[in-house]
Amino acid sequence: MPEPILELIDISKSYPGVQALSHVTLAVAAGEVVGLIGENGAGKSTLMRILGGVTAPSAGFIRIRGEQKDNLTVSEAIRSGIAFVHQELNLFDNLDVAANVYFGREPRSFGLLNLIDTTAIRSLTQPLLDRLGADFKPDTLVSDLSLAQRQLVEIAKALSLGAQIVIMDEPTSSLTLTETNRLLEVIAELKAGGVSVIFITHRLHEIEQCADRVVALRDGAVVGTLQKAEIDHDRMIRLMIGRELKALYTPPANPPGPEILLLGDIRTTTYPDRAVNFSLRRGEIVGLAGLVGSGRTELARAIFGIDRPVDGTMQVAGHALTIRSPRDAIAQGIYLIPEDRKRAGLILEDDITSNISLPNLRRFATAYLPDRNREEATAKQQTRRLNIRTPSVSSAAATLSGGNQQKVVLAKWLAMSPKVMLFDEPTRGIDVGAKSEIYSLIRTLADAGVAVLMISSDMEEVIGVSDRILVMHEGRISGELGRDQFSEHNVMQLAVGTAMNSGPPC
Amino acid sequence: MLKKDLGLLVLILVVGAIVALINPRFLSPVNLANTANLIGLFGIFSLGEGLVIITGGIDLSIGSVFALLGVVFVDLLVTYELPWPLAFLIILAAGTLIGLINGLLITRMRLQPFVVTLCGLLLYRGIARYYTNDGTAGFAFGQSFPTLEWLTTGRSYGVPHSFMAFVIIAIAMAVLLHRSVFGRYLFAVGRNEEAARYSGIQTGRVVAAAYVICGALAGLSSVFLTMYTRSISPASHGNFYELYGIAAAVLGGCSLRGGEGSIVGIVLGAILLQILQNLVNLLGIPSSLNFAVMGAVILIGVLADQQFKEYRQRRVAGRESSEATGSKAPTLLAK
Repeated sequence: MPEPILELIDISKSYPGVQALSHVTLAVAAGEVVGLIGENGAGKSTLMRILGGVTAPSAGFIRIRGEQKDNLTVSEAIRSGIAFVHQELNLFDNLDVAANVYFGREPRSFGLLNLIDTTAIRSLTQPLLDRLGADFKPDTLVSDLSLAQRQLVEIAKALSLGAQIVIMDEPTSSLTLTETNRLLEVIAELKAGGVSVIFITHRLHEIEQCADRVVALRDGAVVGTLQKAEIDHDRMIRLMIGRELKALYTPPANPPGPEILLLGDIRTTTYPDRAVNFSLRRGEIVGLAGLVGSGRTELARAIFGIDRPVDGTMQVAGHALTIRSPRDAIAQGIYLIPEDRKRAGLILEDDITSNISLPNLRRFATAYLPDRNREEATAKQQTRRLNIRTPSVSSAAATLSGGNQQKVVLAKWLAMSPKVMLFDEPTRGIDVGAKSEIYSLIRTLADAGVAVLMISSDMEEVIGVSDRILVMHEGRISGELGRDQFSEHNVMQLAVGTAMNSGPPC
Repeated sequence: MLKKDLGLLVLILVVGAIVALINPRFLSPVNLANTANLIGLFGIFSLGEGLVIITGGIDLSIGSVFALLGVVFVDLLVTYELPWPLAFLIILAAGTLIGLINGLLITRMRLQPFVVTLCGLLLYRGIARYYTNDGTAGFAFGQSFPTLEWLTTGRSYGVPHSFMAFVIIAIAMAVLLHRSVFGRYLFAVGRNEEAARYSGIQTGRVVAAAYVICGALAGLSSVFLTMYTRSISPASHGNFYELYGIAAAVLGGCSLRGGEGSIVGIVLGAILLQILQNLVNLLGIPSSLNFAVMGAVILIGVLADQQFKEYRQRRVAGRESSEATGSKAPTLLAK
């Protein structure tokens, strides 16, 4: 191994009651791509915060280019060439690309007036965008960019800072397959330019594609390292969770029942000239795949009554009806688990009990006054049933991990009587263990006769969980796949709008 | 939340004790009754204002509503000679209607509460002044409404009825806000409107209902205030009163971001404000300094609360980390 550019030596970190990291040693060579894997809570984020100078380690030290850094601060980390591309992007929507890239260190002009030299920052930004193969301009507003493009802006920012080590924390969690591949190309380019990349992700096939080496963390310690030749999916899973993961797909217990939800020519405001027709049957899990922006979320929102569809009809169990608001949908037993659980799924300051009883509060009330004891009894029952890990049902939802938060959102609806469940990216940002729990819950629901529609951009998930896949492309259903037709290739073709039999895309 | 209310109660007692020491007249029955009356008058609409603030909104129009409904109330009694219960109901309905208009403009037309109610502040004041030609509206000489006067300005066992009304309304509001389905919805909407909507709550209706209640309480307060002043000059009647409501709510722990606050807090806030007013009078501070004293005390109170909260958090964090290192040390040594 060539001279390492970055070394973490014997790093430990303890928080009140938790040993977040213990004796972690990790070296990264120049131009090396290191995949960092581990379940949520394994210590990846803590390690990265230490590397970024945000948190100080309790023990151990960091060497950058052989030089020991004892009290690494954020600005020192940046000066040493460490840059982050975060899971949740830190960009200013209302500014253009160039202003974001050079934010806080804009070249000035007009002497005393000290105005920002817009022309200069734009011309400085252009070559960075060229290097990344970006298809947008320095003066494009960030709010006009897709998530994938925003990520490129973050990377451009890192490059403009002269970063030698770029740390990407789940950069692909919101990207489609094409965008992901594009990002992997960018990583290869960075590597060719001598930049080291630490790549954190839950999506293991991406690591197979791009990493030179994989380091696995479990419970705050390094549990194994795989060299390039040794990297494969099963080995990584074993390292991460210390056990074999069962095959994802569980077949339904019964054949699908009668049709329960029928959409007739539903058109949403995003794609007002594209009509959607499909039906869901009781007991089946239908995956809804497609690129981000293909209108899947808008469709789910229309079914759930958040936005009124422009036109079209809906039938529930054979009865035509109009859903004007989520209240109407809920009354029909149609529930939505939204994409953004922190914003739309939960009231974070409220405790688990209040969150669970909120949609059904009247049922807990006598004479309009809710009975806290009954609410708590239900919350406790749901917490047990869904295996929500929390000290008590009076803990605020904000204190839970992502997986447990998602289970609380689920618990809300399971405490009622679901007929149709709409899942929008049910496991985004959730660790492997909680993921498989949620999958088995979804299957249990289906087996109990619920019709499930699952929107997902995670290919493994769509293929591994669904009984049937619908693919959306620019606002319409571009195709349907039965289990025997399931493959990443087939889904992708429909998602980019190619007809099934027209051969592989260029 | 309870701790905060307790802190406010202690502050009230301390300020009260100091004033009583300097000027024993503070505790005289006459002064206490007068102060209680003012607490009642200002407290009733503060409760409504607090409700609106918990939704994350604000109502700036209350003071102007007092002027408008006040002159209309006098006119209904003096010019149209309506029986007072009817006039009373009309005013109550008018206040409710104004609240409904505010609420619908905010929820249906998606206008900002600040803008809607700021326009209300200008609009209702302007109409009130036009209505009387900027003249003072008052009862005719010798005109009296014994029952109405007894109800609004009378006393039982030395306790002003306005204060009693305030206590009764506060208890009803406390049940509504802290025990009922509506109260839970209101807090949910104030904390995260999006998540509330995704849980099937009709958030628009909940928010509008808060403005309706605020409007109804403003209508009720209009009658109390009119009977208290007995004459209304529409250019100045009720000026700044909405700010008393906002101040009481903020002192009582409501956050202008919404989702936080309690009825007990608002009640205590309203009490503290009136004690401060009283203090200015009793301690011989020039009454022109009235607002300045109030502003300074609120600022200091909010500042102290914030500092205390941070201190407590630091102490908790410090204790936890020392416990953690304490328990961790043996295992580290063992290794």
